[in-house]
Amino acid sequence: MKILVCVTSVPDTTAKISFTDGDTKFNKAGVTYITGPYDDYALSRAVELKEKLGGTVTVLNVGEADSEQVIRKCLAIGADDAIRVNCEPKDSYFTATQIATIAAQENYDLILMGRESIDFNSGVVHGLVGEMLGIPSLSPVMKLEIDGTTAKMTREIEGGKEDIEASLPLVLGCQEPIAEWKIPNMRGIMTARTKPLKVVEPVGEDLTVTEKFTLPAPKGACKMIAAENAEELIALLRTEAKVL
Amino acid sequence: MSVIIFTEIDNGALKKSSLEAVYYGVEVAKMKGSTATVLAIGEASEAELAKAGSFGATKVLHANDARLATGNIQAYSDVLASAVAQEGSEVVILAKSSLGDAVAARLAGKLKASIVSNVTELPDLSGGFKVTRSIYTGKAFATVEMKSDKKIIAIKKNAVSVVESGASASVESFSPALKDSDFAVKVTGTHKASSSISLPEADLVVSAGRGLKGPENWGIVEDLANALGAATACSKPVSDLDWRPHHEHVGQTGIKVSPNLYIAAGISGAIQHLAGVNSSKVIVVINKDPEAPFFKAADYGIVGDVFDILPRLTKAVKAL
Ligand SMILES: Cc1cc2nc3c(=O)[nH]c(=O)nc-3n(C[C@H](O)[C@H](O)[C@H](O)COP(=O)(O)OP(=O)(O)OC[C@H]3O[C@@H](n4cnc5c(N)ncnc54)[C@H](O)[C@@H]3O)c2cc1C
Repeated sequence: MKILVCVTSVPDTTAKISFTDGDTKFNKAGVTYITGPYDDYALSRAVELKEKLGGTVTVLNVGEADSEQVIRKCLAIGADDAIRVNCEPKDSYFTATQIATIAAQENYDLILMGRESIDFNSGVVHGLVGEMLGIPSLSPVMKLEIDGTTAKMTREIEGGKEDIEASLPLVLGCQEPIAEWKIPNMRGIMTARTKPLKVVEPVGEDLTVTEKFTLPAPKGACKMIAAENAEELIALLRTEAKVL
Repeated sequence: MSVIIFTEIDNGALKKSSLEAVYYGVEVAKMKGSTATVLAIGEASEAELAKAGSFGATKVLHANDARLATGNIQAYSDVLASAVAQEGSEVVILAKSSLGDAVAARLAGKLKASIVSNVTELPDLSGGFKVTRSIYTGKAFATVEMKSDKKIIAIKKNAVSVVESGASASVESFSPALKDSDFAVKVTGTHKASSSISLPEADLVVSAGRGLKGPENWGIVEDLANALGAATACSKPVSDLDWRPHHEHVGQTGIKVSPNLYIAAGISGAIQHLAGVNSSKVIVVINKDPEAPFFKAADYGIVGDVFDILPRLTKAVKAL
């Protein structure tokens, strides 16, 4: 089993979001970066499958040099080697082009990633990569078992889920509960330092350009209703908020 | 240089979010001085599809091959690509959904199209083609210029305020050739909650957290939801504990919702929970702890016990 896991390096879920340079750049000051939480599920499942079936797990990050701490953590969790495409991933098509270019050089049985990154939330890179490689893509996958060359999966759909079978190779966008998040142990952290990390340069160009960022308008004060008059809420929702 | 709108059919009817996309697409076409075509895939009556006219559409292409009965990502994206080719479309519009995202992504790969998701308002065509999208799970917005000839836009709920006209659209059958390779992925079973209102589509949502103490107490949540005609949702620990199904989990790692009304009962309001619900128009928080962080993100708040408050709200709704 040869698995490629694509990971993002993203601001921690509790990070304060702000912008600099006239609202044209994300303000990295004081922000901790983590592996995308969905990517973390994908990586954990990949490591479990490797432990069960043998094979290799390669981590791929499209990102700048400061995402290497996230890559090292993925290696500490159990990936064997890593590739970083040296650029800022700003556009879905461009990012998918990098992944498809790397993937086309090897015969991966599975290309796993999170269902979406938590910075741009588009959830389209797996589909783009599948199309670029001419293989099926599925997301969000919440269960994945491998039986020979067949993958048996459960995918979340609106209001439920569906069971799916397909032959490898596949591109999958993952989410919980596909696996439990793994925490690296001391031995993992030590060996991660010497595992190979290859840096390559990007190809192609962005199809979209972000001009500026804005923050949502601040929320007004919360109108409190005393518990003994709770019923008043319903009247307010109707006459004042006009949502009923 | 027309606009095409990809719509989804659920139980024989066009989804509400898809009809919003139709309206959005027709508005974009008007801005560009061109025409809009709707593509609908799957089983639905002509009368049902003609309703797209009330949202501004004049023409609906209906692909209804038996093999397209279940949402098949590859086949749907091929059908959409054929429709784009036939109509000479430059812009593709759809409502964000797990199927829509997947189909749109593959289409972008085929067309070398720029693709922007979570778009929150109509584009600005005054200098180039610019859209605004929600990023950082609702914590910010980005204005993005789409540079390629072909453009794909996936809109978020409430991206446009819809005005229905009552008109009807003409429906044409559309039967592009399908490839066997499109059906390599086999759906072997579907598990769907039968009667409940779809959470991503819902205008009203009643959500509950660990404050409900256990799954056996969800009756009071469902009662209020039923009285309102709302969908039910929950926090992550609630679905992790299997108190509620996973597809009800909202937040950073769950479904992102933007309903008109989000009622949160017994949920503390952790930043990861807020991330999935902060673009709701009106937020109501019911929590016994006056210090619960959720009150800071709320429009209306009640400090009280959910076991007392929820049944009383249900009664008040029924009395309307
Ligand atoms: C990477 C990451 C991603 C995450 N993603 C998500 C996500 O997508 N969605 C999500 O929800 N969480 C997510 N979380 C978890 C999040 O941090 C919180 O732990 C979670 O939202 C808490 O759920 P809760 O509010 O139901 O429970 P609690 O935090 O335990 O809150 C229960 C609340 O109920 C109140 N309460 C108790 N009894 C009563 C009563 N009788 N009447 C009224 N109020 C009562 C309490 O005062 C308390 O405020 C994520 C965490 C991480 C680290």
